[in-house]
Amino acid sequence: MSELSAQLPAAKPKLQLARFRDLALVPAILVLLVVGFIVSPIFLTAGNLLDVVQQQTELGLVVLAEALILIAGRIDLSLESTVGFAPALAVALIVPASSHGLGVGLPEWTAIPLCLLIGALIGLVNGALILKLRLSGFVVTLGMLITIRGVQLGATGGQNLFDLPASVSYLGSATWLGLPASVWITGLLFAVGIVVLGFFRQGRALYAIGGNSDAARAAGIRVDRVVWTVLVLGGVLAALAGLLMAGRLGSVAAAQGQNMIFTTFAAAVIGGVSLNGGKGTLFGALCGVLMLGLVQNILTLAHVSPFWYGAINGGIILVALMLSRLTTGKAQD
Amino acid sequence: MTQPAAQARDISKRFGRTLALDGVGITVAEGSTHALVGRNGAGKSTLVSVLTGLNRPDSGQVSFGGEPAPPVEDREAWRRRVACVYQKSTIIPTLTVAENLFINRQALGGGSLISWPRLRRRAAELLDEYAVAVDPAAMAADLTVEQRQLVEIARALSFGTRFIILDEPTAQLDGPAIERLFARMSSLREGGVTFLFISHHLQEIFEICQEVTVFRDARHILTSPVRGLSKEDLVEAMTGEASGLRTEGNRSPVAENSTPVLKVSGLGLPGQFQEVDLAIRPGEVVGIAGSASSGKVALGEAIVGLRKPVHGEVQVSGRRLRPGSVPAALAGGIGFVPQDRHKEGLVAGLSVAENATLPIAHKLGRFGAISPGRRRAVAESMITDLAIKTAGPEQDVAGLSGGNQQKVVMARALADQPSVLVLIDPTAGVDVRSKENLLDAVDRAAGSGTGVLVISDELDDLRPCDRVLVMWHGAVAAEFAAGWTDGELVGAIEGIGESSE
Repeated sequence: MSELSAQLPAAKPKLQLARFRDLALVPAILVLLVVGFIVSPIFLTAGNLLDVVQQQTELGLVVLAEALILIAGRIDLSLESTVGFAPALAVALIVPASSHGLGVGLPEWTAIPLCLLIGALIGLVNGALILKLRLSGFVVTLGMLITIRGVQLGATGGQNLFDLPASVSYLGSATWLGLPASVWITGLLFAVGIVVLGFFRQGRALYAIGGNSDAARAAGIRVDRVVWTVLVLGGVLAALAGLLMAGRLGSVAAAQGQNMIFTTFAAAVIGGVSLNGGKGTLFGALCGVLMLGLVQNILTLAHVSPFWYGAINGGIILVALMLSRLTTGKAQD
Repeated sequence: MTQPAAQARDISKRFGRTLALDGVGITVAEGSTHALVGRNGAGKSTLVSVLTGLNRPDSGQVSFGGEPAPPVEDREAWRRRVACVYQKSTIIPTLTVAENLFINRQALGGGSLISWPRLRRRAAELLDEYAVAVDPAAMAADLTVEQRQLVEIARALSFGTRFIILDEPTAQLDGPAIERLFARMSSLREGGVTFLFISHHLQEIFEICQEVTVFRDARHILTSPVRGLSKEDLVEAMTGEASGLRTEGNRSPVAENSTPVLKVSGLGLPGQFQEVDLAIRPGEVVGIAGSASSGKVALGEAIVGLRKPVHGEVQVSGRRLRPGSVPAALAGGIGFVPQDRHKEGLVAGLSVAENATLPIAHKLGRFGAISPGRRRAVAESMITDLAIKTAGPEQDVAGLSGGNQQKVVMARALADQPSVLVLIDPTAGVDVRSKENLLDAVDRAAGSGTGVLVISDELDDLRPCDRVLVMWHGAVAAEFAAGWTDGELVGAIEGIGESSE
C-alpha cells in the first residue's frame, strides 16, 4: 500500500494552525494591555484589572453556558432572560409582598438553590420542546426569551426587587483570599469546563454531537440525553450569572440581562466557537470575554462617550472575525 | 459446515404505509464477499439498517455466527458483530483522525481521564496494523474520501468486528482508488473478514464478489454464486425485464462541416487544467473521461460558470460568455447537470415542479409573477418525458429516490431547450433503469441538435458519445472515436496506456 502514502494530507501545519486558533486572542489581549497602559496609568493597576475581571464574571458564565450549547451544535437565546428571571422569581418567592414579593414567604436560605433550580427548569422545558417535540431550537428559545422576560415584567410591574436575601448579597460582595467570590466561582467553573471538554469522554461527546450528530449516535453516544443535559446546565449557569449580578448591584432590575445575548454571542464567536457546532474551546471563549471587558475598560478610561461604545464594540467584532478568517484561512461558517 | 457470518430470515419492515422489506432473507458465508444489489428503493438500505441494529424489524430474525443478534439497545454488542461504512460519512469532521478512531471510548479503558499522547499512539498503531497511511493527528475534515473510508474500516476492525458492510464504497472514488480498495478487501478477506458489498456497478460485483443477492421492490429475488451468472441475468433480476442493457441510440451522424455550437479555446485554471481547446458541433455528444485529479470536473464547472477560468474563453453559438457567471452561461444557451445533485442540483423542500422550472421561471408568467398553471403543465410534460416517478408535480423532491432526483436535475438542465448540455457525472448513484432514462434523454437532446458534453468516468455514460477525450493532469491526453474498447479507455484514464484489468 505504498502508493497511499503519497496522498497524505498536509496535516501537520493545519493542526498547528488549529492550535494557534485557541491562543489567537492572547496576543490581542497583550496588545490591549499595552494600549490601556498608554491610555491611562490607572489601567495596569491590580485594582483596575480586578474590576474588569469582576465585571466580566456574569457575562463569562453566560458565555460558558452558550459555548457549551454551541459546541454541541445547538443554540439558546433564552439565557439572557434567565439571567433576570431566575433570581427575580427566587427573590419574589422569599421576600414579603411589601417588597414587591409574591407573598409566599419561603425561608431565606432557599434563595440560591431555588434560583439555580429555576434556571434548570427553563433548560428542561427548552430541551423538552426541542428534543421531544422536535421544534426548532432557535425559535423555541426565542419564544422562551420573550415569554419569561414578559412574565418577569408582568409579575413585578416593572419594579426592581431591592430587598435581597443575605445569601445573594453575600455572593455579590464577598471576598475570598483577596479575590471577589464571583471571580473564584467563574474561574473555577471555566477550569472545570476546560478539563471536562478536553479530557473526558463526556466532554468530547459535545464535540462529536456538534460535528456530526448522526455519527455520534452511531458511535453509541446518547445524543438527546447529552444535549438535554447541556441545555439544563446552560440554564443553571445563566441563573448563577443572574445571582452574581443581583448580588453585585444589590437588586434585581426588571431588565436584568437584557441585550446580554448579543455580547454573549460576540464573545463566543470572537473566541473561536463556531455557530455551526463542533468547533471552539472554552479557553477561547474566556479570552473573548476578557477581550471585550478590556476594550470597555479602556474606552471608559479614555473618556470616550458611552454613546460610542456600541459602534466600537460592533467594529471590534467585525475586525476580530476578519482577523480569524485571515489567520485560519478557512471560510467562516 | 461453519456458521454463516451473518444471516437474516423472513425480515419484514414497514415504514408508515410503505412496506420496505417483505419477508426477505440473506445469508452471508463466513469469509466471503457477498454483493447486495437492487435498484433504488429495492430495500437495500433498510436491510442494512436492520443488519446493523439501527432499525428493529417488524418480524424475522437476524443472527451472527449462528447466535441470535443482541437487542437493539445494546449498541456495544452490535458494534462487536457488524460494522457499516455508509455512503454518508460517520466520521466527525471537526475532530482528529485519532479521536474519530476511538470516539466515545477515548480514555481507552484507563479510567475516565483522556491521555491524548496515548490516544494518538494507539491510533497510530491501529492505522499501522491495517496499513492505512493517514496521520492520526490530521483533522478528519482534511481526509480524502478514500482515506476516510479506510479510517472507518480500521475503526470497525478495531472493535473486533469481522463482518463489514460497505454501502456503495466506490461511488465517490476514482479508478485507481477503487483498485486499491479492492486489493485491500481481498487481503482482508484472506485474513477472514466477511464483506457485504453494495454497489450499482455490476462490473465491480463480478470483479470482487463470490455471491450476489438481488432485491427488487422490497422482496428477495435471487441469491447465486457470481461465477456462472451473466450480466444480463443480473440486470434482468434487478429490473424484472429481459431487455436489460441499453440498446445504442441511433442518431444520425453529425455533419462534418457544421459550425461548432460550443467552442472552448485556451481555457485554463491554474492547479486544475490548462490550455484546453474543445469544439462540439450541433447534435454531437462528446465525452470527457479522466481520474479525479485530471481536472475534468473543474473544466466542466468552468464552462458552465461555476468556476472562473483565468485564461481562455468559452463561446456558445459564436458568442463569448462572461467567465465565471452561471447566469451568463444559462442565458447563452447552456443547460447543465452539476456534479453533486444534493449540493448544487436540487432545493430540498421545494416541489418537483419548482425545481424543474427554476431556470425558466421568468418564462412562466409576466412581470416576474409565476403562473402555477403553466408551471404545472411544463412540469407534467417533463415528468412524462423523463419518466420521473413522483406522486405529482407538487411532491417535495426530497421524497424522491436518487435516480428520480437526478431526472429532475436533468429536466431542469433541459428546461430551456439549451443549445449546449453539460453533464457532470450524470448517472452517479443511480439505478440501472433510471440510468437508461437519463441516457435516452441525452440521446433525444442530441437528436434535436443540442451539443452535449458528458463528463464522467462511467463507461456506460461514455459509450453513446461520438468521441471521448481523456484528460490527464489537467490536459487532454487522448481522444477516442466511438467504438473504443473498455480496456483502452480505462488504460488511458489511468495513464498507463494499457488496460489495468
